[in-house]
Amino acid sequence: MSTVYTQYRNMHSDIVISQSDGRPMYLQIMEQIRQRIAVGDWLPGKEIPSIRELAVMLRVSVITVKRAYLELERDGIIVTQQGKGSMVAPDPGLGAKLYDQELTKHIDRVAQLGELLGLTPRELASRVREAADRMTKEYS
Amino acid sequence: MNGLSVHFEGVSKTYPHFTLDNLSLELPTGTIMGLIGANGAGKSTTIRILMGLVHQDQGRVDVLGREMPREQAAAKLDIGYVSEDMRLYAPATLAWHMKLIRSIYPRWDQPYADTLLRRFDLKSHQKIKGLSHGQRVKAALLLALARRPRLLVLDEPTTGLDPVARQEVLAELMAVLADEDRTILFSSHNTLDVEQISDQITFIDRGRIIASDNKEMFLDRWRRLRLALLPDAVLPSLSGVVEVGGSGRLPVLVTDRFDPAMVSVCNDAGATVQAVDPMTLEEIFVANVHSRREKQSV
Repeated sequence: MSTVYTQYRNMHSDIVISQSDGRPMYLQIMEQIRQRIAVGDWLPGKEIPSIRELAVMLRVSVITVKRAYLELERDGIIVTQQGKGSMVAPDPGLGAKLYDQELTKHIDRVAQLGELLGLTPRELASRVREAADRMTKEYS
Repeated sequence: MNGLSVHFEGVSKTYPHFTLDNLSLELPTGTIMGLIGANGAGKSTTIRILMGLVHQDQGRVDVLGREMPREQAAAKLDIGYVSEDMRLYAPATLAWHMKLIRSIYPRWDQPYADTLLRRFDLKSHQKIKGLSHGQRVKAALLLALARRPRLLVLDEPTTGLDPVARQEVLAELMAVLADEDRTILFSSHNTLDVEQISDQITFIDRGRIIASDNKEMFLDRWRRLRLALLPDAVLPSLSGVVEVGGSGRLPVLVTDRFDPAMVSVCNDAGATVQAVDPMTLEEIFVANVHSRREKQSV
């Protein structure tokens, strides 16, 4: 028991739960697992800690980690097999899907800010186009 | 074993100045339950009944499948109990205590005890009277943990601990839960600890259970809505609102049954929703206590 604990603590000590972060703990766990997969730290098909192991390691309740895993599973990001534990979903398009979700989040924010500034959708779109053009130039 | 490690059904106990009233409680095996209540709310009485130290006037108590207090001797072989008022023998060393406990409990795990000594930064040759409060708490916890009990019952385990010791204790409690046959019940008025590690949460106030649920349910259902009323608008009446505060034009609602539909109902009635805030367990507990006490006094 004690060895398992130490082992996972070292392996995944980069997952951090913040008490001063206003968001619920399960959301913090979901986001950090998503990022880990998006940047390729956790590869498709890779086994990830069981719910209990992660709970022990993060010192948060089992039910909180269970909730994070259930929602990640519903989003198709991880797969949990009864008795076998959980792994990153083998879907190769996963990275793209995660970036897409990220993009949607940012676009929503852009739209919000645009509204605050009183920009029309057309003005907003042209600002986004300018930014995209700048990117293309920088990389060409 | 799966099922219930602790089961209270209609348990009552009357003292001259305090009544524990018709308490029912279920603690599934493999989970941690945090018992939250103000001082004098009934947490310790509940725990003492569970341990067979106090006998209930009415109701049934089963712990690890044993009926309490009748089968308490058998049950206690598998229960580790640490409370604030438990004293270790001051002139003796921690090693002496470990030897004593080992002679009574056959499941004593010496390698685990040694690991705990290191993790808790304790020295076995030190006499109890030379230990600080935090070291005494950790010593008592070590003596309970190394017996590898199936049920740990802890009365205020983190009270009076410094931040480092608190984290050490919380980490060790979570490590116990790595084994899904082990169960923990602990009482605390530190809601932060309870919020962090509990699966189940039970609020006790004035001798009654006012709420008992899994933690995610609590955190999901309670919300604070900050509103701004348009001129001439009236606050719509919503079901599930337990508290209305704030000033006239800027009311603040607290609900224990949040539903996103509430936001549109408010907006449609001219009460613009400025923010929907999640609440901490401490805020939920206080709001819960206030709303119950108000209902009682009406």
